[in-house]
Amino acid sequence: MSISVRHVSKKFGTFTALDDVSIDVEAGSLTALLGPSGSGKSTLLRVIAGLEVPDSGSVFIDERNMTGRPPQQREVGFVFQHYAAFKHMTVQDNVAFGLRIRKRPKAEIEERVKQLLALVQLDGLAKRFPSQLSGGQRQRMGLARALAVDPAVLLLDEPFGALDARVRKELRTWLRRLHEETQTTTVIVTHDQEEAMEVADEVVVMNRGKVEQVAGPRDLYEHPANEFVMTFVGQANRLGDAYVRPHDVSLVLEPNGATREAMIERIVHLGFEVRVELVREDGEPLSVQLTRDDAERLELERGQIVYVRPTKQTTFAN
Amino acid sequence: MNARKLVLRFVAVGYLAAILVAPLVFVFYRTFAHDSSSVWSALRDPDTIHAFKVTLIAVAIAVPLNTIFGVVCALAIVRRRFPGKGIVNAFVDLPLALSPVVVGFSLYLLYGRLGWFGHWLLAHGIQILFALPAIVLATIFVSVPFVAREVIPTLREIGDEQEQASYTLGASSWQTFWRVTLPSIRWAVIYGVVLTTARCLGEYGAVAIVSGSIQGKTETATLRVQEEYENLNFAGAYGISLMLALIAIFVLVLMTTLRPKEATA
Repeated sequence: MSISVRHVSKKFGTFTALDDVSIDVEAGSLTALLGPSGSGKSTLLRVIAGLEVPDSGSVFIDERNMTGRPPQQREVGFVFQHYAAFKHMTVQDNVAFGLRIRKRPKAEIEERVKQLLALVQLDGLAKRFPSQLSGGQRQRMGLARALAVDPAVLLLDEPFGALDARVRKELRTWLRRLHEETQTTTVIVTHDQEEAMEVADEVVVMNRGKVEQVAGPRDLYEHPANEFVMTFVGQANRLGDAYVRPHDVSLVLEPNGATREAMIERIVHLGFEVRVELVREDGEPLSVQLTRDDAERLELERGQIVYVRPTKQTTFAN
Repeated sequence: MNARKLVLRFVAVGYLAAILVAPLVFVFYRTFAHDSSSVWSALRDPDTIHAFKVTLIAVAIAVPLNTIFGVVCALAIVRRRFPGKGIVNAFVDLPLALSPVVVGFSLYLLYGRLGWFGHWLLAHGIQILFALPAIVLATIFVSVPFVAREVIPTLREIGDEQEQASYTLGASSWQTFWRVTLPSIRWAVIYGVVLTTARCLGEYGAVAIVSGSIQGKTETATLRVQEEYENLNFAGAYGISLMLALIAIFVLVLMTTLRPKEATA
């Protein structure tokens, strides 16, 4: 089911969380709301769910106007950063909650819960309490609980934010697979650009309550709409008025007409890649990314003088 | 265990023993130091039985009312925004700060013949002072804060995410309260009920002023202790005190034996 947000604004006291935001989420897609903290991405998600009432603007789910409707009537599945598990209920009771509220027949509930627990790989843990689960397991329970009622849209608010890096990566891949299976329209809020790029078909970049750009992951990286997107999505060096990605800089040991002098301050080994942090002759910092092989061939070391030239740079009007 | 810990433990246990346990043990001891037949006969005195009845009626009315009020009040203070919230929050604690004698006196002024409501009540033939209604009112007043004070921090601690999750899953506010909120705060509510009950059982000062202490009519158990004591009927005073202490201990033991089973779940 599609989601459409039209001219939504929301203030908390004097703080503007959302400033005339409009977005469209295609039915069946997986969209990420990406931005730094305070950018309004979580507020936008909560407005879609009906957990927050916007000061103005409207929300449509499946082309039905949901503005002013309480969350109960919106048919959304919501997954919280800190799980919001019902602590006094077992895993299966948590998952069955929405079905019991809808007074579905017992046998149907049992069957559906079983099926969902298998889907989120918690089969053996049905009788456990949330306190007996790991963070990753709790969040999968949260997902099963949200999916139980066949929501029109699935909304995830930084779902993996409280988990450690390895589990986060695992769940990300798993969420992507789950989405391919269920095809439920999904919106995920994240501040992690890598997560957004990896998981989503489309990324909505937000900053200070406004949408900066809406694009697919590749477009976003290669054709950022403005300086904010350029620097927030992926790394970028600033050279005068232009921006350069660290891998779009050529680094050589001898000067030629087009190069500028720089000194190596630090060499960071990141596995396949090596990041070289430089200071140019004018004192500006510059970060360059090389493959491990290139770095080894150049025999770089700290304090060395090298010569750099951007191979591709981007400038923005104003 | 090092010496410092031992000393600390000794001081803590010693303090409890001197302040709390010793007087209680002494009541037990004195009750049975007298010949127990006089204790029995004092306890079977119709006026004593009536006094317990009055106390239990006051408890039976005050505890449920203050439990409902306490939970609603805690929900309002923690979950809602409304003008005057700070004042409500402060006023809930008022009975803790106010001496029960003052409470009794203000009820007396309010409902007495010359009080604000006194005239109207008199005209309609409604008896509040020196009757059961005044005892119940005084008991309710002094035991207002306990449930709210227990529930407020628990509500704050659990946050409202579980409730929001419940809403998104289709549950109404009412369903959410019964299925999500109440089960999460149940121990705070139960503990609040225990404290409220204890406070109601033990109420003396406010009730002493508004009840009139009419034997066999408006005398509560605590007033009866005073009565027996003043009449130099020590066996009776000790016996009733013992009964009150036993009820309080029973309630506390009941709670602590119920609690651990749930806590491990």
